[in-house]
Amino acid sequence: MQTWNFLEYAAWGLSALFGLHMLADWLKTDSSYSEDVLTSSREGELEAMTEESHKG
Amino acid sequence: MADFDITSGERDGMGPHGTKVGLLRVLGPAHVWALGVGIVLVGEYMGWNFAVGKGGAYAALIACWFAGILYTCVAMIDSEVTSTVAAAGGQYTQAKHIVGPLMAFNVGLYLVFAYTMLEAANAITAGYLFSVVATMSGFEGELDQRPFIILVIMFLAWLNYRGVLATLTFNLVITAIAFSAILVLFLSTSGVLGGGIMQHAALFEGHELPYGWVGVLAAMHFGLWYYLGIEGTTQAAEEVRSPARSLPFGTLAGIMTLLIAATLTWYVCSGVLPWEFLGDGVNGSVAPLFDTARLSGSNGLVWFLGFGTLFATLASANGCINDASRAWFAMGRDKYLPAWFGAVHPKYRTPYRAIVFLVPIALIFALGAPLDQVITFSILSGLLEYTFMPLNIILFRKKWPMGSIKRGYEHPFHPLPAIVLLSLCGITFFAVFLGYGTQLVAMIGFYIVVSLWFHFRRYRFVDRGAQFTMPWPKPQGY
Repeated sequence: MQTWNFLEYAAWGLSALFGLHMLADWLKTDSSYSEDVLTSSREGELEAMTEESHKG
Repeated sequence: MADFDITSGERDGMGPHGTKVGLLRVLGPAHVWALGVGIVLVGEYMGWNFAVGKGGAYAALIACWFAGILYTCVAMIDSEVTSTVAAAGGQYTQAKHIVGPLMAFNVGLYLVFAYTMLEAANAITAGYLFSVVATMSGFEGELDQRPFIILVIMFLAWLNYRGVLATLTFNLVITAIAFSAILVLFLSTSGVLGGGIMQHAALFEGHELPYGWVGVLAAMHFGLWYYLGIEGTTQAAEEVRSPARSLPFGTLAGIMTLLIAATLTWYVCSGVLPWEFLGDGVNGSVAPLFDTARLSGSNGLVWFLGFGTLFATLASANGCINDASRAWFAMGRDKYLPAWFGAVHPKYRTPYRAIVFLVPIALIFALGAPLDQVITFSILSGLLEYTFMPLNIILFRKKWPMGSIKRGYEHPFHPLPAIVLLSLCGITFFAVFLGYGTQLVAMIGFYIVVSLWFHFRRYRFVDRGAQFTMPWPKPQGY
């Protein structure tokens, strides 16, 4: 077994860790917040605020 | 004046349209530069040299400068429109506001495919680089590249998932190192610092244009490699603190950087490597800058350019994940795709569902498709996107003439850049048709089929009023 064989296993392991972390966080987030909050983003908020400030 | 600032920590991203969780506005011009140049610079390290194989070294230089004009037009047009339409989705959002929904849907798909394919190609390349390093370090046997390909995609997706500031700061550092490596190689081998090793006259003699002017035309296809992806800066529009300043600044600084990097790359590689070897990117010079460093006889340069190659590959894949996910997210937010994709992570403030959803797609292409087909699909999708841009800017200036809407940047000599861009796109389509006619026809067929699906099936789900929330004046003539 050479160093590069260990690195292959390390790469498999790290890939699984990154993937599992994203999946776990994704499930936790989806169960902690309502869909309305998560999908409330709208484009043009900065422009609308600028518009508001000019009117103000 | 109102007493709030949308870029403050308190109000950041939230606004009068009801956004409770929005993308985070934390980026500056340097991040925009890192996004654009980071995606592209890998094209200097590998890929561009196929242009030498098509028409010789001079043809590659002509293609480099013609493509440079094409992309300068792209950068100028993008800077003007995006500094006005400062929303995630980039050219997709521009098309939605300026041309119409069907064009927007197609442009959105061009973006997602171009970036996801490029990400897959970069991951394949990174796997190959790891195997080269293994061989050079004395590893006996064949390295399994798959775990390294998967690691690149998973790590970068994870980084993107966790926040845009860290993602693009990482890109800034590795892109700056990769660009510095090209500068140092030029200074060390051209004779500026110490003795030079350039042999242009001897290497070019009798091979000025080996296939004549047809070779120059054929080289145009790979001339795009020098700059392909600079238009990706627009995807950061909703996450920069000052879009009207940062986007034009970052994008135009990016194209200037690439023009310098492309010309230096051609100069050092064509002055050291014979054109037959340089032009064969499969069995000859896979990574020309690295090969030039090896011929320089300096171990320091070999290591520097080795890291430069790896960093350029990672920066490109990283930027592609960022851009593809923003385009997918923006289409979900407008219900061009299921609205579920339009979610923003409440803590990290990233389009997390779009990022995770595109991971398996990138993996399938990285592990299951041949590299040349993946790259060709990416280039063709990009080319279709560039063809849309001149039409977009002409309509933009017509519907919202100068003075009718606040622009962060106004590009000069309109409509000349649009006409030049359209002409160069036409020439490049012909060049692509010569080499990859079947793929070009198949891909256009694919986009026609999905357009029909969108028109007859999907568009009924789009909330037609809610997709236009920019406080713009009515277009002229409406």
